[in-house]
Amino acid sequence: MGVQKTALYDLHKSLGAKFVAFAGYEMPIQYRDGVVKEHISTRTHAGFFDVSHMGQFFLEGDETLVEALEKIIPSDLKSLKINHSKYSFLLNDNGGIIDDLIVTKTNKGFCIILNAACKENDIKHISKFLGKNHNYFLNNDLSLIALQGPKSVEILEKLIPGVSELKFMTGNNFSYDSESLYITRSGYTGEDGFEISISNKKVKNLIDFLIKNGVKPIGLGARDTLRLEAGLCLYGHDLNEKINPIEANLKWAIAKKRKKTGGFNGWSKIKNLLTNGSEKIRIGIKPEGKVIARENTKIYSSNGEEIGLVTSGTFGPSVNRPVAMGYIKSEFSEIGTPIKLEVRGKKYDGKVSELPFYKKSYVK
Amino acid sequence: MSEKKFSKKHEWVSLEGDIATVGITKHATEMLGDIVFVEVPDAGKSIEKEGQAAVVESTKAASDVYSPISGEVTEGNKAISDDPGSVNGDPEGASWFFKLKIKDKGELDLLMSKDEYDKFCKENPN
Repeated sequence: MGVQKTALYDLHKSLGAKFVAFAGYEMPIQYRDGVVKEHISTRTHAGFFDVSHMGQFFLEGDETLVEALEKIIPSDLKSLKINHSKYSFLLNDNGGIIDDLIVTKTNKGFCIILNAACKENDIKHISKFLGKNHNYFLNNDLSLIALQGPKSVEILEKLIPGVSELKFMTGNNFSYDSESLYITRSGYTGEDGFEISISNKKVKNLIDFLIKNGVKPIGLGARDTLRLEAGLCLYGHDLNEKINPIEANLKWAIAKKRKKTGGFNGWSKIKNLLTNGSEKIRIGIKPEGKVIARENTKIYSSNGEEIGLVTSGTFGPSVNRPVAMGYIKSEFSEIGTPIKLEVRGKKYDGKVSELPFYKKSYVK
Repeated sequence: MSEKKFSKKHEWVSLEGDIATVGITKHATEMLGDIVFVEVPDAGKSIEKEGQAAVVESTKAASDVYSPISGEVTEGNKAISDDPGSVNGDPEGASWFFKLKIKDKGELDLLMSKDEYDKFCKENPN
């Protein structure tokens, strides 16, 4: 299979995008403004992101579909209301994270947004748990646009009345340009915003409207700095099949009910970790000064013992300092613990920090 | 100061007496994007031609800066390690990286002129 392009490829090109190969797609890493300006304009105004490379996976079926999915997703899908979304994961037998995802209850079943690099493998995995009376399909005729930033709601409401009434992590069908489209209030930046699922045919009209209303295009570069400031994980870096939700400090994403009743892949391991804690845990890291501790930077205790590894690190434009996250032996995970970060053979001071690094101050 | 000479690794150098000033080119900063970290060498450090001399990081990645000529560092530009973003503004002027007392003026003859460098960038856009 060759390199794939999203429906907006030519538009990205006309906006001066620099492209990068990402998960088999040719995606914009940045546009003319560059990462820092794109980041700041998302935080202060609004930005749009083409995330059509992500999988929009639809499942349909009767009540046995819920039972099947609850074996691999530790959410309370049974109680999930129509048009409500949850952040969760696909788990393997050992409780390891096969992918992290957003699952939304629809009229007919569920829609799951999957990471681009994982989607083929995810579908193979999910289908093993499904029965004959369950239908599933990956919809490649749909684009996915994230609109993020404090002005998102005001701008989108002008085009699609009613979106301002959506609460965080809920969605609904709306009509636009004589078509139905699905919008959720969600995102990956730490800002208010929406994710808009729209046909490949109509997506360009939507983007033209956004651009006319001063919304800037934002590339994968700023998407990464925004999500890292917001303390959100990137699959393949901060999460993988060898890491479970307890180690990832994401036990909040396992439903309360499921923490008692279990019944999902890796339950015996996760049950044990819920009681006894894990050996290592994901933490935020603030390097002192300006040095950037990137992925695979080794973490040492103040005594010189190697205690962990950075999984994501960059410069955070809104917090105006380097930020990172990584995994550390749990006994060193208390916020404020001094650590050393080995960058280019030299050890620099840093501290264990709370997450997120950036807290939004938006009106609800 | 002498006219600037350029390397294939996108550094520039200009000479005044036997002191060379070295920095990275405008083209290099455009490829790197927003610069967020700079490490310059301390005075007294000996650097060979094409040896690693400094570090520059953008939001995307870290890159080494090499010295186009051999010599002993007389000064690193602290202003750019304090304000890395300034390198994007004036890379071929105020945002020089370091100064060297050079060993061999002949090394400069192996570098490119401005015209040759511009042509090189066009032929090697990445």
